[in-house]
Amino acid sequence: MLAGAMVLTGCGAGASPSSSPSASAVSQADIDKAMQTPTTLTFWSWTPKMQDEVDLFEKKYPAIKVNLQNVGQGAPHYAKIRTALKAGQGAPDVVQMEYQETSSFALTDSLLDLAPYGAGDLKGDYVPWVWNQVDQGGKVYGIPQDSGPMGNLYRTDLFAKSGITNAPATWDEYAKDAQAVKSSTGAYMSNLAPNDPGQLMGLFWQAGLKPFGYDGNKTVTVNVASPQAKNVAAYWQKLIQGGLVSVDPDFTDQWYQGLANGKYAGWLTAAWGPVFLQGTAASTAGKWNAAQLPQQNAGEQKAGNWGGSADAVLKTTKNPIAAYELAKFINNDATSTNQLATKQFLFPTDTTVLKDPSFVDQKSDFYGGQQVNKLFAGISNNVDTTFQWLPYMDYAYSSFNDTVGKAIADKSDISASLDAWQKELKDYGTQQGFTVQ
Amino acid sequence: MASTIAARPRSRTGDKHRLRPGSTRRRQHAAAYLFVLPFFAVFVAMLIVPLFYSGYLSFFQTRLVGGVSFVGFANYLHAFTDTAFLGGVARMALFLVIQVPVMLALALFCALALDSGWVRGSKVLRLLMFIPYAVPGVVATLMWGYLYGNDFGPIAQTLRAIGLGAPDLLSPENVLGSLMNIVTWEFAGYNMIIMYSALRSIPGELYEAAEIDGASQWRIAWSIKIPAIRPAILLTIIFSVIGTFQLFNEPSLLHNLAPNAISNSFTPNFYAYNLAFVDQNVNYAAAVAFILGIVIMIVSYVVQLSTQKREKNA
Repeated sequence: MLAGAMVLTGCGAGASPSSSPSASAVSQADIDKAMQTPTTLTFWSWTPKMQDEVDLFEKKYPAIKVNLQNVGQGAPHYAKIRTALKAGQGAPDVVQMEYQETSSFALTDSLLDLAPYGAGDLKGDYVPWVWNQVDQGGKVYGIPQDSGPMGNLYRTDLFAKSGITNAPATWDEYAKDAQAVKSSTGAYMSNLAPNDPGQLMGLFWQAGLKPFGYDGNKTVTVNVASPQAKNVAAYWQKLIQGGLVSVDPDFTDQWYQGLANGKYAGWLTAAWGPVFLQGTAASTAGKWNAAQLPQQNAGEQKAGNWGGSADAVLKTTKNPIAAYELAKFINNDATSTNQLATKQFLFPTDTTVLKDPSFVDQKSDFYGGQQVNKLFAGISNNVDTTFQWLPYMDYAYSSFNDTVGKAIADKSDISASLDAWQKELKDYGTQQGFTVQ
Repeated sequence: MASTIAARPRSRTGDKHRLRPGSTRRRQHAAAYLFVLPFFAVFVAMLIVPLFYSGYLSFFQTRLVGGVSFVGFANYLHAFTDTAFLGGVARMALFLVIQVPVMLALALFCALALDSGWVRGSKVLRLLMFIPYAVPGVVATLMWGYLYGNDFGPIAQTLRAIGLGAPDLLSPENVLGSLMNIVTWEFAGYNMIIMYSALRSIPGELYEAAEIDGASQWRIAWSIKIPAIRPAILLTIIFSVIGTFQLFNEPSLLHNLAPNAISNSFTPNFYAYNLAFVDQNVNYAAAVAFILGIVIMIVSYVVQLSTQKREKNA
């Protein structure tokens, strides 16, 4: 089964001999021994209050001391990991890693394949699409921590003023409602962030697009300017140029203000959005509601994902067993995962938590008593399972900002900018020695 | 030792007294080198060696697939056709032509005003003008970023309150001007202090003589003060030229507030940083940094040369 999967995904012949025999390389005795040997692990994560889960781990394994450090979120975090890896010292043992980054670190052979340590057995514990994000042809490059299936958060009061009773079911309806919201309240239907490729990629994901592909070896597929992608682009361009959707950069002061003061009547966001919004726009409590994303056709239930991360082990670690056990404990231990979901509000990837009544039945006053977690737990099952990334997403996203993001911000031709982005991604891939399709 | 022996015959033919001062001087030279040594060691280890290392790196190409290969000057040649890099250099040249004269004129005016002795509370004013330089660039940029904000910034709010439309100061068209404003605010005081201290060192007799000849304060400023502090002004120009091409903090912080107005290649330095740490292209980044260094040297040299020529003509 394992070998079959690897042939199908076109893994190099050189890779299989090294991984197959090691499948049973670590015995329970090895693990016990490692977990009783005094060890210090370094863990880089930006998740707020991660220390609480680390404490649980240290309580269970008193011999292991974990040094938790926050070196920045997103790009600065990765830049520091790469620098430490290049320098040959100072790299942590365990790192938080967003799904889109995994393959670029796997490519430079920086990540430890966790399958021989027992990670393969965890597959059934996670939502299938999430597992596919960390599993590359049987090699497991991280234990899923959180995810971001996308939904639609909207202001019920502004919708009511515009004569809208239900969340738009289709994108056509969404555009029509946007017009109504604008003329009745002056608010924008939502904001499409020109600086946040994750949001538009999530919408691509929902539309069933496969903008990126990587065979795990030398071949990448870049298809960001397909006719379907241009359809999505044209849809948003129309809303933007019609003044129905704003184009403020997200996670900036201006945007926080906009969420709080009714500049936007909605936010197409991920499952981590609801709690975030609660903190940012506290004054609007009770006026929001959550729904699934509008669909191409009525009755469909398609979803995309925006964000989320795993905890991965770097290959340079001197304590691979303990490091793996830490990554596993944080994201697999029942107390730890429950705590991450209900106290830190990370959206779970673990099927047990996704069914746990203490999580799904939570009612949120901010959303008028709606069971928001239940909604997103349902959406999580609708995310397309085969979405892939390029092994150079750092570049892809920074190039996005200069091409597509710029077109969005300038309210100009987004379709044309997709062509420019496509060209940059292909050129970069070729220049880096990939076969680009 | 060899030089001591070689020097002897010469001293014998000449004045006998010369021998002793000569050896003292040599000892002084040795001491001087000894004092310079710690700096020099650090200078070599922290600047010269890394410089050569990045020069070395710039002749290679590292690919994600296929590893490292020697490419000669290919990275340099690529830079000369790279619109992102050339655009950044051109943007900084524009910045230089507009911002530097404005800032230095402002600094000179303030320095002259303070030096004239006509301004009351000049000590306090001097301090106030210098404070922006003491504010860390990061804080300054964040502060201005708030002031520039379109929905909540006080500038936009004021303009809106008096019925004028608020311009988006962080839009792609305006962001360069907004950046010029920040840099001017930060460094005008600093340049003013340099010019002011130069002005203080001009002997007062010159002014007295000019006053007796019936020269006005404007005339004194124009014909005595400014020519007298020309070297100081030249210094501020060179500093500003270098500072402009190396602009990094301000655009990189504003990038977070106006991500699509400030591209990854907005300034050459910011571009080199993004190449190295986002695109993982250390080799090309090294080449870009080298070319930038050469551009700065050329521009500084041209500035110096043109002012020297003017001095000779005067």
